[in-house]
Amino acid sequence: MRIEDRLFLVKFNPDKVSHLRIISPDVCEKCAHKQCVAFCPAKVYEWDESEKAITIAYEGCFECGACRIGCPDLNISWRYPRGGCGVAFRFG
Amino acid sequence: MAETARRSDGFDVIVVGAGPAGTAAAYTLAKAGIKVALIERGVYPGAKNVMGGVMYSQPVGAIIPNFWDEAPLERHIIEQQYQILSPDSAISGKHRSTQYAVQPHNRYTVLRAKFDAWFAGQADAAGAYLLTNTVVTDPIIDNGRVIGVSTDRPDGDLYANVVIVADGVNSLIAEKLGLRPVIDTVNMALAVKEIVALPRGKIEDRFNLEGDEGATIDIYGEVARGMVATGFIYTNKDSLSVGLGVILKDLVKSGLTPYELLDGMKNHPTIKPLLAGGEPREYLAHMIPEGGYQAMPKLYSDGVLIAGDAAMMVNGFHREGSNLAMTSGKLAAETAIEAIEHKEFGARAMSAYKTKLNNSYILQDLRKYRKLPGFISSRPQIFNVYPQIINDAATEFLTVDSVPKKQKQWKIWRQIVKKRRPLRKLLRDIYEGWRAFG
Repeated sequence: MRIEDRLFLVKFNPDKVSHLRIISPDVCEKCAHKQCVAFCPAKVYEWDESEKAITIAYEGCFECGACRIGCPDLNISWRYPRGGCGVAFRFG
Repeated sequence: MAETARRSDGFDVIVVGAGPAGTAAAYTLAKAGIKVALIERGVYPGAKNVMGGVMYSQPVGAIIPNFWDEAPLERHIIEQQYQILSPDSAISGKHRSTQYAVQPHNRYTVLRAKFDAWFAGQADAAGAYLLTNTVVTDPIIDNGRVIGVSTDRPDGDLYANVVIVADGVNSLIAEKLGLRPVIDTVNMALAVKEIVALPRGKIEDRFNLEGDEGATIDIYGEVARGMVATGFIYTNKDSLSVGLGVILKDLVKSGLTPYELLDGMKNHPTIKPLLAGGEPREYLAHMIPEGGYQAMPKLYSDGVLIAGDAAMMVNGFHREGSNLAMTSGKLAAETAIEAIEHKEFGARAMSAYKTKLNNSYILQDLRKYRKLPGFISSRPQIFNVYPQIINDAATEFLTVDSVPKKQKQWKIWRQIVKKRRPLRKLLRDIYEGWRAFG
């Protein structure tokens, strides 16, 4: 099953602004493996080769916190979305 | 002592997070007539919460007697199965007992979005002030003592004599208080899960169940792809919870996605038929604090107590967590009640919480298994080589092909020590493993 189809099953109330932020884009450019692209369970992060930057689809974030500690350079600024925003699991 | 803590609009206790730990605390406090706020960032309690799905009755019943009459439960578990997979085989063991079929049932599968909303509703009905849609952004500290919390609401500062931090696995509040470091990825698992809908009758046929009986399967081996990971399938009324947890450090290093690991498990030849025809209804992810005793934070300070996942209270080997959360929430509440009686809110008064935890199964169990997380993370072979060894041996031994049995036994042994695990390492694994289980 494709991750895009999986995410389609999940209810999100996106905040207006991103709760995730790359601290220093230079660090991502130098990052050899860009692990966040793979280990994020919601595929929030993608490498944009033309922009030489990580894009953040924060609207589909599970707020699991894996990227906050899993980024080898701790280069992701992470907080919770505003109250009531973000993922709203229906089953859990 | 800060004037603010005595403001008339203040609470006696603020609980951060309406999961099992926070709600258990708030319910216990409200029942004792304490003025308590229960703050939840989700649109409803449970909106952000995920677990595999097994809830243990005794700790819930210690808080709400006969909860099973009202709570949204899925199935009571009468059978627990363990499967050890190699790429093409599986060896399994299970325990099933009619003792688990009679009330009070020892354990139930639950869906947390439903269960947590119900549980927090009970706390609200008991008199706790449940505040949803609200993020606690910071602790408010005065003279080294926690006297309240800031929230993301306008004029959102709230004050209390005691703050119980139950904000879950990522506990930003415990970090901001300096009680918990940023957790190392070796001490965290990332779990992904799917809710797979299946008609009730199909579930009961496939898992050999009647009525509301349920079964669990915990899955080891091939699902891990050389990492420290385990999978699970738990039966709900008309769906299966199908998931997998992997130590985050291993996952990051592997370059694999968690959902491809999940797909790998779902497509394993022994798993696939159990899921056939199922319709995915939800996909979820959450972290699990797997580091055990050695990774626990400081559990209290002036005016503050930490409970549940925020305090890393998970017994990974026994897949227990929500029970530790509930018991710790209850013990935190009892500590707060005593503190209010004595009007003492300093670290010394709060240390009674640690004593209560020491006297309970929580710290006794976590201490017993304190070496286990380190043992396992230093030996991913346990999830990789040994499942292969066991399955190879079984296949060899059970294949009838006119080779004498003694010759088969010798062949199995040679394969193990020549190819899979040298004798010296094998013996060392057994010895260290024995010690790791305390």
